[in-house]
Amino acid sequence: MSPVTLKVDNLQVWYRTLRGDVQALDGVSFTVGDGELVGLAGESGCGKSTLGKSLIRLDGRMRHVGGTVELDGKELPIGDSERMNGFRFKEVSIIPQYAMSAMNPTRRIGRMVAELLESRGVRFEGQLEELLRRLELVGLDPEVLERYPIELSGGMKQRMVMVISTLLNPSLLVADEVTSALDVSNQKAVAEALVDFRDRHYVKSTIIITHDLSLVYQIADSIIVMYAGKLAEKAPTDTLVHAPRHPYTRMLIGALPEVGVRYDTKRLEGIPGSPPSLLDPPKGCRFRDRCPLAFDKCAEEPPFREVAPDHAVACWKAF
Amino acid sequence: MLRLDHVSKSYRVGTFGGRELAAVRDVSLEVAPGEVVSLIGESGSGKSTIGRMILRLTSVTSGSITFDGTDIAGLAGSRLRGYYGNVQGVFQDPFSCYNPIFKADRALELLRQPYFPDLDGRRWRAKLERSLEAVRLDPGQVLGKYPHQLSGGQLQRMLVARALLLDIRLLVADEIISMLDASTRIDVLNLLGDLKARGLGIVFITHDLSLGNYISDTAVILHRGEVVETGPTGQVFDQPRHPYTRSLLASVPQLHRKWERNGHPVRQPAGEGD
Repeated sequence: MSPVTLKVDNLQVWYRTLRGDVQALDGVSFTVGDGELVGLAGESGCGKSTLGKSLIRLDGRMRHVGGTVELDGKELPIGDSERMNGFRFKEVSIIPQYAMSAMNPTRRIGRMVAELLESRGVRFEGQLEELLRRLELVGLDPEVLERYPIELSGGMKQRMVMVISTLLNPSLLVADEVTSALDVSNQKAVAEALVDFRDRHYVKSTIIITHDLSLVYQIADSIIVMYAGKLAEKAPTDTLVHAPRHPYTRMLIGALPEVGVRYDTKRLEGIPGSPPSLLDPPKGCRFRDRCPLAFDKCAEEPPFREVAPDHAVACWKAF
Repeated sequence: MLRLDHVSKSYRVGTFGGRELAAVRDVSLEVAPGEVVSLIGESGSGKSTIGRMILRLTSVTSGSITFDGTDIAGLAGSRLRGYYGNVQGVFQDPFSCYNPIFKADRALELLRQPYFPDLDGRRWRAKLERSLEAVRLDPGQVLGKYPHQLSGGQLQRMLVARALLLDIRLLVADEIISMLDASTRIDVLNLLGDLKARGLGIVFITHDLSLGNYISDTAVILHRGEVVETGPTGQVFDQPRHPYTRSLLASVPQLHRKWERNGHPVRQPAGEGD
């Protein structure tokens, strides 16, 4: 296997609420290799964004309950916001879900970038040449630096934030739903830019968080599917899409309408039921109540175990 | 049943309204009972404006929209109410359609006074349950619940049930599944398919081509307010004639086909041994 950039071990992150702890991320372990583009897919509330955020910044309600994160062999102090400052932007960077409104509306973009770099102790002049080269790569005119964010379209803003986030060549880039709000043609451009950035070594590894499996199928090397705060399956992209082992992954792929599939010739089925509440998650397999294959053994929690090289599944039926 | 004749919509923009922005230009289309017409386009293509004009939420600048031969622009009072008894809309965000202070079924209850003042409690309840069952919701599970206790899919289906209470003949569905998860999306789509089989005409507005393809009979591809291509869905998707439609189709991520760039796949196939 290629050297590992990111190693997440038994990570648990909970949300504090008035009604108790929401166990949004409950014992998640995986690795991301050097130069690997990983897609992290799942439905809303499965914990995929929590996972992405906890690698860079825990917000006030999030609590690091257990587990460790290692980046390039060093442990990330994810529970300690102060110490994380040394890593953010330089080692780990994020393109947030709200990238369209992430830029300071009162500054021209160029000035905002300069302030941002200086706050991290990096001189803007030294980076300018590289910045202009990357703007060209994503198809933005250098003149955008003289503009205010409001003057850019959604797709342009998204690409601008992408260039800013990766300017210091971080080891790990977390891209949270970067294409969801875009039209299909912009979507493709942004997705391809993510691949370019990896190929040109602007970032070592990338985690792409999305609800859209068909999008990560186009660009990711491997895909992780999450369900109710746990990993359900991780496999190389083609294996996961064409030979999934977890019943949830299979049903999720089965529920995707594709261009060319018509309701009257091939009726697709959804997944009945809804995910369990994570305030007090059920014992055993969390997909049990919706799973057509469930049997007695599922009352026990299935481990997340390799069934083939690089292919891990959490399902008793798959072992 | 519904007919749009050379419909245009322009907005005045600029500080003093000096410039005109054409949101919809010269659009003509027809919807028959039991037909699903998909309006497909990217943002700014005018697809939602057309939906809003059909629902009379936005006025028409020129051209006409007729329902059973009657121009809807002039409807008022009881005739407008009659129109809404036939034509209803469901929109993208089911979460913001409900008042969080009240129980979710209030959205249905509010229809009783204006449309069914003569029904007694028992018959109203039966009618309510029938329309909930038509959208495959269990009345016992959703009635008496607050919006936050229901899932997005349930809330969205309840809005369709609300439209069905009125025995409508045309439904304007504007991006109604974009906010739903993959596992519940397809249920709402199948539901629309079943309603269509019962004779409901549907204007299905979407930016997602694969969704537009799944249930629709006729596809209308919009670009900057204009119809660039229209025809039977299968034909438009299999043999797109307009270059815009072609480029749109090529950008859709699909599971059985990989994106290409300069003749090469964007993602290199995985190595041997998988």
